[in-house]
Amino acid sequence: MSGLDKRMSAAEIVGQLESGMTLGIGGWGPRRKPMALVREILRSDLTDLTIISYGGPDVGMLCAAGKVKKLVFAFVSLDAIPLEPWFRKAREAGQIKILELDEGMFQWGLKAAAFQLPFLPTRVGLGTDLVELGGLKTVQSPYEDGEVMVAMPALKLDAALIHVHRCDHRGNVQALGPDTYYDEWFAKAADKAFVSCEELVPAMEDAYPEDAQANIFERCFVTGVTEAKGGAHPTSMPPAYGWDMGWFKSYTGAAKDPGDWASVQAQMVGASEEDYLASVGGIDAVGALPLPIF
Amino acid sequence: MTVTLAELCIAAVAEAFRTDRELVGTGIGPIPRLGVGLAKLTHSPGLMMTDGEAYLVEQPVPIGPRDYDARKPAGYLPFSRFFDSAVWTGRRHAMVTPTQVDQFGQTNLSALGGTYEQPKVQMLGARGFPGNGIYHANSMFIPMHSTRVFVEGEVDRISSPGHNPARRIAGGNYSGIDLRKIVTNLCVMDFGGPDNAIRVVSLHPGVTFDDVQAATGFTLIDAVAGETPLPTSEQLDNIAALDPHGVRHKVLKDNPPATPAN
Repeated sequence: MSGLDKRMSAAEIVGQLESGMTLGIGGWGPRRKPMALVREILRSDLTDLTIISYGGPDVGMLCAAGKVKKLVFAFVSLDAIPLEPWFRKAREAGQIKILELDEGMFQWGLKAAAFQLPFLPTRVGLGTDLVELGGLKTVQSPYEDGEVMVAMPALKLDAALIHVHRCDHRGNVQALGPDTYYDEWFAKAADKAFVSCEELVPAMEDAYPEDAQANIFERCFVTGVTEAKGGAHPTSMPPAYGWDMGWFKSYTGAAKDPGDWASVQAQMVGASEEDYLASVGGIDAVGALPLPIF
Repeated sequence: MTVTLAELCIAAVAEAFRTDRELVGTGIGPIPRLGVGLAKLTHSPGLMMTDGEAYLVEQPVPIGPRDYDARKPAGYLPFSRFFDSAVWTGRRHAMVTPTQVDQFGQTNLSALGGTYEQPKVQMLGARGFPGNGIYHANSMFIPMHSTRVFVEGEVDRISSPGHNPARRIAGGNYSGIDLRKIVTNLCVMDFGGPDNAIRVVSLHPGVTFDDVQAATGFTLIDAVAGETPLPTSEQLDNIAALDPHGVRHKVLKDNPPATPAN
């Protein structure tokens, strides 16, 4: 049974990652981001990472801290603050390599990786700058139509980081809320998926059998689980809590003044997760953040 | 109450979304979203809208502050199945506000100036524009019609495809490109000219074709059929109900009236 006990600490999860790896980060913009795990990476000496993300503050912080060699993205945004300030600084300084994609191509690349295919064909990208600037190739249909399409390469991940509401010790997950975005495909595109959760239970069938449909990917895709209450903060985790707009405003302000990450990392990341949660008012304050209205 | 230019634009957006099909109408930003809602509540009930998050609603959700649960889901269309259901099936018409638009209808939401590796100004990223542009109908709302938006030559980065023969590869299928209307603070334009060239089809009250041409970085075709109509009182009532907090009054600079005072 020990092989099916996938519990780890956040530090043990980050200990399984290596500099130079390709990491997929679940969630979408300022929503459902595995921020506790991202903060643990920020506390580590990992570097030269290729980050694949529907980007929010995860991307901004990792870019600001100089952890990113290459970014694969379709946007990086904090929603109500449309332009992610630290990502913008890194880009305008020419600090990172990029592959800019369309949101649909992006999930198509994750699906190609999940299905162990080298690419999947699509019309998306035709007539835009993404194909030529991104070095994407085309492929011709072998059938009578002979259509030429973009060959979206597999976005193979060394590891995926995902935050959900519930996990059990064996890696059964439950992701609640109105939308789980592409977390399922991040998990399946990765050699190893590590999942943090608001609540870790010994056995899902005993704790929450009535919510089995929230099991958005199966446990065979899960390598490690860890409990991180408030682990999506400052991003939203409906129905548990909303995003922290006050936090985003000070984070955005800090990109201008003082404008250098080294002097604000301690405040934005904390020396430990306990330290971080205390700095934002504790788990009760996180739980009280109102859900965003769109 | 004076009818505002914002309200005239919302009615023009609604007209751009007129359809007898069932498809998802997406308006990004207050005026496009209110226009889609207005179309759905009046002449185009087949339109489908989300609450902006994940649920399909038959009564468009009012914009601005509201209770989180003040929505009545009739269906479900989360981002996690948006490409399967709405975008790659062609069952959508979106209206967006790109940073740049060129004579071919190519748009830019990615970056300004510089290089791929180091842009002068990094913007949002291509988002879903490339897929929207190749698969379904698209319109645009431009709140400040100027040569900075409607650029000479080509946009700095092509985020969504247009009608540019130089950007075609042999064997590619571009049949899904379907550019509809551009509603601005000055006029309404379409792509009805030769080779899909952009034409001015109606001018807002008090605006001349020369005003529009002077604010545009490429040559426009004058196909003006008249003034953009003022919203009816029924339309104004619907707009007020969809925007109880008056968000529409903050979109256009100085919230001008629809008909300028002499």
